[in-house]
Amino acid sequence: MNTPEELIKKTAELRWQLPQNLHDRISESIYGEAARIAERSITRGGTGRRLAWQQNLDRLLTNPWSAFPIMIGVLGAILWLTIVGANIPSSILAGLLVDKGHALLSGWFIAAGAPEWLRGVCVDGMYLATAWVVAVMLPPMAIFFPCFTLLEDFGFLPRVAFNLDRVFQKVGAHGKQALTMAMGLGCNAAGVVATRIIDSPRERLIAIITNNFSLCNGRWPTQILMAGVFIGTLAPTGWGGSIAALSVLVVALLGFGFALLTSWFLARTVLRGEATSFSLELPPYRPPHFFKTLYTSLIDRTLIVLWRAVVFALPAGAAIWLSANVHLGDQSVAAWFVHATDPLAWTMGLTGVILLAYIVAIPANEIVVPTILMLTVLLTGAQGGAGTGVMFEADNETVHAILTAGGWTTLTAVCLMLFSLCHNPCSTTLYTIYRETRSVKWTIVSALLPLVIGCVLCAIVAFIWRMLA
Amino acid sequence: MIPEDSHQPGEACVSCPSRFSQLRKLGLRVDDCDHVIALAGNPNTGKTTVFNALTGLRMHTGNWPGKTISRAEGGFSYDGKKYKIVDLPGTYSLLSASPDEEVARTFLLFGRPDVTVMVADATCMERNLNLILQVLQITRRAVLCLNLMDEARANSLEIDVRNLARDLGVPVVPCSARSGQGIPELIREISIMAARTDTPAPRRLPLEVPGLRLALDQVEADLQGLFPHLPQPRWVALRLLEGDREIMDAVLSGDIGALAEPVSAQYNAKESAT
Repeated sequence: MNTPEELIKKTAELRWQLPQNLHDRISESIYGEAARIAERSITRGGTGRRLAWQQNLDRLLTNPWSAFPIMIGVLGAILWLTIVGANIPSSILAGLLVDKGHALLSGWFIAAGAPEWLRGVCVDGMYLATAWVVAVMLPPMAIFFPCFTLLEDFGFLPRVAFNLDRVFQKVGAHGKQALTMAMGLGCNAAGVVATRIIDSPRERLIAIITNNFSLCNGRWPTQILMAGVFIGTLAPTGWGGSIAALSVLVVALLGFGFALLTSWFLARTVLRGEATSFSLELPPYRPPHFFKTLYTSLIDRTLIVLWRAVVFALPAGAAIWLSANVHLGDQSVAAWFVHATDPLAWTMGLTGVILLAYIVAIPANEIVVPTILMLTVLLTGAQGGAGTGVMFEADNETVHAILTAGGWTTLTAVCLMLFSLCHNPCSTTLYTIYRETRSVKWTIVSALLPLVIGCVLCAIVAFIWRMLA
Repeated sequence: MIPEDSHQPGEACVSCPSRFSQLRKLGLRVDDCDHVIALAGNPNTGKTTVFNALTGLRMHTGNWPGKTISRAEGGFSYDGKKYKIVDLPGTYSLLSASPDEEVARTFLLFGRPDVTVMVADATCMERNLNLILQVLQITRRAVLCLNLMDEARANSLEIDVRNLARDLGVPVVPCSARSGQGIPELIREISIMAARTDTPAPRRLPLEVPGLRLALDQVEADLQGLFPHLPQPRWVALRLLEGDREIMDAVLSGDIGALAEPVSAQYNAKESAT
């Protein structure tokens, strides 16, 4: 008796001599022992008051009639707080970094006698892109992340997963997908890694592919800016912030709808199967450590994400400036691309600049808005220092003016918001998807599926909009 | 100046929790440690909070089961010894195998930590005891950290800690890791357990299934013949008898023998594979 094969054969024979329900009986004997030990050492002194209010709260948060309005309301409130709260610090930062900082740095380069192209690449390209990223991203993230982390610490997330389980079950996906999608609201790469909590490979793959429909922090700023600049201004005075928040909420919910739709589609076609059941503990509500959470989410999340954006913005800034200043024939490289893709972009309600920005922003979605603004300014020569094509002011009106000069309408903003929701994930997320699935095929599917949906969706919206207009 | 060596602490000093002051949180510096400590427990019992309290790191905690999905490592030094501490994803049992739970299972079974700290939620001990009993089938070099005692008290639960420790045969330390209560005592118990040179036999469950004990003895003996260095042969034998496909494949391919290799080599291989 010396080979593994013989051993396996022997265990198979031995198994016949054991009771059929061996697994259950072993589990039973463990459970029985656990119950006996617990009974000997633990005494329960009636139901505490704390338990009572927790049960009442749970009744409210897990009842389908009250749970969904509360969940949507909470998300809307966080968005409103982010949009309204980020406005002022954003314009202060932009004034400081973009206006003052740029002029100062530019002055230094001139004083040092640096050649014009060097000043262009470093100051108008790299510095400006980075300054934009910081000004546009830091304030919303510094509000959004701590709010989200506080909710997480409080114990809200598992209730969300519990409520959404019914919905996910119906489309043939795993209930824990709600948790991974919630993680995706911070970062899709993190959301993809979080799918490890899903046991079944089929459902895990669905969760990975659809995670992109959770707006990640690289895309919130795009949504928030477009909503504030174009949609908020349509509303009567005083209602701008609320209407803007509402429109972002609609896009976020649309993303959730698309995630469900794609999950349903995948579960019916290529990834067919039954939804598996799972157990999810609803943890007790815990009062979050407010300042500790604030500190941790600021340091660990906000700054790390911001750092990533800055790292990508530096080379992207240089690339943008070069593409707008290196000439091929009578036009710059950027202009060639933009003019060539404009007709295609037009059918999707977008512009060539946006398409170029999305190509530049493949490494990080965070730099979409700065890229669009810089390209528009560089190509149209609008505003500010006319010769260099550099913008100096950063409030909503200026952004509105610049983009309108670039041929933007409300339709462009709406389509950009939709395209921002539905397009290929960033390269980090794609790499993470490849690492988790070990499959080139599924990585490509994850990249193309949302992109195709985005293009079709934008084209339909643009078509209907123009029909009605 | 008194030379440091001349100070011989008395017995009361050794057991005094105020020696907590000797704790140095080492964060991520975990090279050349003296002991490896594993943190195991059900999901959402606060393993990561205990981990952070011991190492001074700020790993993300979250109030939902499944927050930790891969191993995290950190270190602390106490009383002149360096400890490496491994935070494992939560698991309800050692019989299941979802990717995150598998990480915990593999490490507990074959990573051979010097001490396993079982972190339990004091508010629902009965459920937590299922896993604790399974861990105790594998090792008695364990300390039970009874976390969330503040919540247990708020829910008017009373736990007879001494009784529990006697029933389980391992030290039990009540804690509230969020506020740091009980952490000094926990560290002391960890260091005492790590310093023990004897290897207490695992607690055997009364597996009241006819014929099981005999079958287990046979398979265990054969396993030891095939893979002499295999840790936890009895547990593997039980899995084989239950027909665990994964373990069967590992035995057939001989991969299970690789699990008997030193921890570091095994994990380097595993990490480069994932």
